[in-house]
Amino acid sequence: MSTITAETGIAAKPAPGVWRVRLRSWRRAATSILLAAAVYEALARAGIFAPALLPTIPTILKKLYAMLADGTMVWHASYTLYRVLFGFGLAMVVGIPLGILMARFKRVEDFFLPLVSALMPIPSFSLLPLFLLWFGIGNMTTILIVFYASTFPILFNTWSGVRSVNPLWLRAAGAMGADEHKLFWKVIIPGASPFIITGMRQGFLRSWIAVIGAEMIAASAWGLGWVIFDAKEFLSTDVMLASIIVIGFIGFVFERLVFGVLERKTVQRWGMVRAAKG
Amino acid sequence: MQDAVTIAATPNAGRGAERLRAIWRNAFPFIVLGVAWEIAAWSGIFHHRLFPPLEEIAQTFVRLTLDGILPHHAFDTLLRLIAAFTLAAVAGVTIGVLMGRSRRMEDLLLPLVSILAPIPGLAYAPLFLLWFGLGNVSALLLVAVVSSFPVIFNSWTGVKAVKEIWLRSAQSMGADDQRLFRHVILPGALPYMLTGLRLGLAQAWRILVAVEMLASVTWGLGWLTFGAREFLNTDVMLAGIATIGMIGLALEKLVFEKIENYTVVRWGMVAE
Repeated sequence: MSTITAETGIAAKPAPGVWRVRLRSWRRAATSILLAAAVYEALARAGIFAPALLPTIPTILKKLYAMLADGTMVWHASYTLYRVLFGFGLAMVVGIPLGILMARFKRVEDFFLPLVSALMPIPSFSLLPLFLLWFGIGNMTTILIVFYASTFPILFNTWSGVRSVNPLWLRAAGAMGADEHKLFWKVIIPGASPFIITGMRQGFLRSWIAVIGAEMIAASAWGLGWVIFDAKEFLSTDVMLASIIVIGFIGFVFERLVFGVLERKTVQRWGMVRAAKG
Repeated sequence: MQDAVTIAATPNAGRGAERLRAIWRNAFPFIVLGVAWEIAAWSGIFHHRLFPPLEEIAQTFVRLTLDGILPHHAFDTLLRLIAAFTLAAVAGVTIGVLMGRSRRMEDLLLPLVSILAPIPGLAYAPLFLLWFGLGNVSALLLVAVVSSFPVIFNSWTGVKAVKEIWLRSAQSMGADDQRLFRHVILPGALPYMLTGLRLGLAQAWRILVAVEMLASVTWGLGWLTFGAREFLNTDVMLAGIATIGMIGLALEKLVFEKIENYTVVRWGMVAE
């Protein structure tokens, strides 16, 4: 970043090139997106396809604005977020402790590992009809599907993270008189943190996919997945595309902001980045 | 990494007792789970139709397999998976390599790919259904689009990771474009590409079942389990889920782990 010196108010010699490179890449990205938008707009206006199937960009944006303004989109998004966070939270509550226990105690590992490796390859969506029968249409089914989708990446990564904590660190900490409690919080958790966060990232990505899919099939009145699927009945492609924009935006915010910040707060502060790659 | 199947598959220096113990150790959790299921099924807390005992599920599984219904569904699902994945692999590698080799393509496509990739593919499902109708075309295209993103990203990274010095030395030794590509770029990028293909296939498998439910194809395991709901055929549903699980496990063991081992053995660790 170029800094402005207080006295002169003139940008100090621009940190060479950084801004220029960044600007160039922004300009290129903008060009490419504008180009794609122009192609889409031309296609939509050409009249080859029915306007109901291929709405113009202004129509989509107007719809998006209208839905945001009257609050329906906010409600849909909140329902979806509630389901995904509930399911994902549950997955963390189960996945992280179980992963740690599996890595620390051979007996727990012996019991759960075969189950995990048998259940992991079953795609969460295949359980959807079963859960629908058992729990009916609504929140419960969706939350459980999200839970199923995100538990395994979290569990698996936590397990391999704790297992891969350098035994030398454990012995060194033990030799310096760390008790079990300290060993756990000061060595094992920071050591395994890159893996745990990777697991959480993967888990969230999967829950985000799972919640949209599950809502399409199992939600009753609210939710971004439901609104997209419902819009099909009325040929409202503008509603669909507006919701897809919101879905993409929320996913982006979580990936970049939430997990990015989490990573900086934990992994990087504990200086574990190199270990994660090594 | 250890897990159920590899432990069971290593005979441990041929000692029978050791092997038996390993098998027992792996079977034990399933036996516990099975017994718990049976107790729950027979206790009458849940309705019999909603929670059938294991022997009924097994019976249905055998019956459907002998009738050829289950194999037909499984075959169609696999065919769809292979077709969609082939589409994704060809398109993904082509786009990825183009992006890696040509600056202009990279500038043009990278922003678009980075915007589209993080959107859950299933969100496009209703849109595809409107555009291409119910059935196979939508299902194939949707799965192909979704699974092509990891392939594109990894092929692109792989081509970019080919060392500049290899390219220059090959060029100075008189390699033309075609040779450069076949003998330098492709081998250099291959471990990344394989990783991308593995991720793409895994993703295709995960959403294919849901896509089959939404697109109402005539045959397919997703449709089988979803359709069984209408008639409260929980046993059929669970037999379908078991088949899906077996295919998933087979993919994991026969495809993903093979590719992973191959890349790791052949090129050392994939990540630097």
